[in-house]
Parts: sequence; structure tokens; C-alpha cells
Amino acid sequence: MIIEEISGNDSFIYHLDPRVKIIIAFLFSVIVAVSNRFVVLIAALAVSIIILFSARIQIKEVFKRLIPVNTLLIFLWLFLPFTFAGEHLFFSIGFLTGTREGVLFAFRITIKSNAIMLMLISLTASTPIFTIGHAMHQLGMPKKLIQLFLFTYRYLHVIYGEYARLINSMKIRGFKPKTDLHTYKSYAYLVGMLLVKGFDRSQRVHNAMMCRGFSGKLYSLSEFSIKGADILAFAFMATIILILGILEWTQIT
Amino acid sequence: MHISEGVLSPAILIGGAVVTMAGVAIGLKGVDNKNIPKMGILSAAFFVASLVHVPAGPASVHLILNGLLGLILGWKAFPAILVALGLQALLFQFGGITTLGINTMNMALPAVICYCLFGWSTKSSIKQTVFITAAFCAGFCAVLVSSILVGFSLYLTGEAFLPAAKLIVAAHLPVMIIEGIVTAACILFLKKVRPEILMNS
Repeated sequence: MIIEEISGNDSFIYHLDPRVKIIIAFLFSVIVAVSNRFVVLIAALAVSIIILFSARIQIKEVFKRLIPVNTLLIFLWLFLPFTFAGEHLFFSIGFLTGTREGVLFAFRITIKSNAIMLMLISLTASTPIFTIGHAMHQLGMPKKLIQLFLFTYRYLHVIYGEYARLINSMKIRGFKPKTDLHTYKSYAYLVGMLLVKGFDRSQRVHNAMMCRGFSGKLYSLSEFSIKGADILAFAFMATIILILGILEWTQIT
Repeated sequence: MHISEGVLSPAILIGGAVVTMAGVAIGLKGVDNKNIPKMGILSAAFFVASLVHVPAGPASVHLILNGLLGLILGWKAFPAILVALGLQALLFQFGGITTLGINTMNMALPAVICYCLFGWSTKSSIKQTVFITAAFCAGFCAVLVSSILVGFSLYLTGEAFLPAAKLIVAAHLPVMIIEGIVTAACILFLKKVRPEILMNS
């Protein structure tokens, strides 16, 4: 259910320093999120597609991961063409008339969303979550937040297993979800039981960590080091992001 | 109720990020090393709970439970929700990097508001009916405020979003009622089974 890596594991991107990848993905997301010109957005989409291919990720998996983003976009497409004030287009449904500005705006956010998402997929698919956590710590994120992040991720799978067990035992006892109070109460007790089990487990984990001398520091087995390839990749991507930024602000085509 | 990347205007994104940073800073102040395993496991439990789909008539909705989270964690709901949404972005691509701030604010601010309004009810010994009502209101209001915040984030980006924003709030009405019932039943369960969980925020 909760999967992590989907890349071929042997791409150029997989071997890059995770800190470089995080900074690039962040800068790229920011610049695309604030851009509005179609030249910039289409260029950004092209860049993110090229990077996706060089990360050698299965295309089927990528499409599956793009579904949630595009569901919201489809929802917005139902409204935006009709609610934007502007020049009327040829199509109208009943009393609703589509406007040119509305359609352009909807197009713009669709390209934006997908470009940023593809970049995020390239990052996450080529980097294990634990590595991302340690890299974010080295980039200066608060220690407590990173530890919380790592713990949450570590226990996600455990708690999910417990959830699966509880739901199975409910099914064995003939539980059929319906729209009634009994169903909601049963689910509430399920959530309550998850919290109780999680709470108990956390006390055992905490005791075990104390026994092993936990002092508030988490150690990472993967040492990060900046290599020539990292500097090159960073310089290259920074240039591309800079060009996107210049294109956006100076209005040259 | 995640807002996707690229939809909102930069001003809204920055505003959300600032509020979230402040909230997380306040929340983390109350956390010491001893609490981190407990908080991590509780956030994981909430993450899993948000994957639970419950039937609502012909459709099904997934639980949000930010009201319950607020009642249990108080201000610590901010870091817990930030981490859960960050993981959702990384694992499932719900939301993303630039929207993390505003999405966290939209979920966590209502949780903290509910904590301020109804937090007293879980800690004192009051009549059961008052207790259940307060817990129901916490679950109901958390989702109500969340959907209003999501609607406002869209509306402030452009007036053209207004009908979509209104529909989002309206569509969440049944969710609010379900969340209220589930939160009330769950808090009642926790009070009977393991009151310590409610006592230590």
C-alpha cells in the first residue's frame, strides 16, 4: 500500500547528492509556481519531463501518481472557463459562456501543477525517504521536526499493518459499512484502538531507546559528499531555473 | 482538501508558509526529546486514519480527524500535520513543496482553534452529554473551518474561484457531520479505555 521507490535505481539522478536534489526541486517548484507566461511554463514542463526520463521511472507509475493532482484540476476546469470575466469564446452551455481568459487560466494552472509534480516525482522516486530526512537536517531544518518526520515514517508501516489487522477482524465478525450510526461508531473505535495501540507502542519504543542510551541525536549511515557530478548538475539546473526566471520577468520571448 | 501545486497565487502561498512556520515553532517548543517517539507514532496513526474511507450515502469520504488531533495534541498539531502532509506529498504526490505551508495551515489552524474552544472538555470531569456535545462540535468545526480556509485560499487567488470555493464548503457539510460523530465516539472511547492519551498535551 505505502510504496516508496519506483525508479530503476541506476540512473544518473539516483546517485546525485540528495541535498542537491532537494534544493533543485524546491527552487524549480517556487519559480514555476510564481510564473505566469506560457513560454516559461511549457519550457518548465519540458525540463521536468526530460528529468523524469533521465531518472528512468516507469511511465505507468508516473501516470498513477499524477491522478490525484489532475482530479482537482478537472474539478477546477468545470468552473474556471465560465466564471472568469473576459472575451467570450464560441462555446456556451445554456446560460454559461466560456471566456478566453478562463480557458487560458485553467490551461496555465494545469501545466504548472503537472510540471511541479513531475519534478517532485523525479526527486522522491530516486531518493529513499530516510535519506531525504537526513538531507533536510543537513540543510538546516530543525532537529526535532526531522526526528518527528523520521519516526512518523518509520511507524507508518507498522500502524498500517495494525489497521489492516483490525479491519480484518471486523470483517470476520460480519461488519458491513453502511451509512448509519453503528458504522461511524465502529470506525471511531477502530481509530481509537489505533491510537491506543500506537500510544502503548510509543512508550515501549521510548523505553527501549532509553535503555540503549538515546540522547536526542539520530545517526545516519549514509554520508553525504559533494562530488564533481553534483556541482555540475547543480550548476546546470540552476542555470535553467535562472533562464526560466529571466524569461518570466523580462518578458522577452 | 489538498490544494495542488500551481493553483494558488504567490501571496497566498507565502502567507500560508509564514503562518505554518509560526505554528510549527510554537508547537515544537512544547516537544522535548522524550515526547518525539510518542508524537511520531501518533502522527503515523493519524496518517493511517486519514486513509480510512467511510460510507456517506452512495459515495465514500475519507476521515480527516484534525479536530481529534487538535484535542489530543493542542499546538503540537502543527508539526504533526506538517509532517503528515509532507509525507503525503512525498509518497502519494498529494499537494507538493510550495503548497505545503498553506495546506498545513488550512488543516492545523482549525485543529488549534478547536483545541482552544473545546480542549477544556477532555480534561475536566463534566456531564457526559456536555462532553459528547463538545467533542462533536470540535470534529464538526475543525472540518468547517478547514473547508472555509480552503475556499478562502482559492477565492483570494482569483474571484473566478468563488463558485468552486462555495461548492467545496457545501460538499463538506456531510463530512462535517460524520467527523463530528466519529470524533465524539472516539474521544468517548479514549476516555474510557486510555484517559492518559487525553491528559498530556
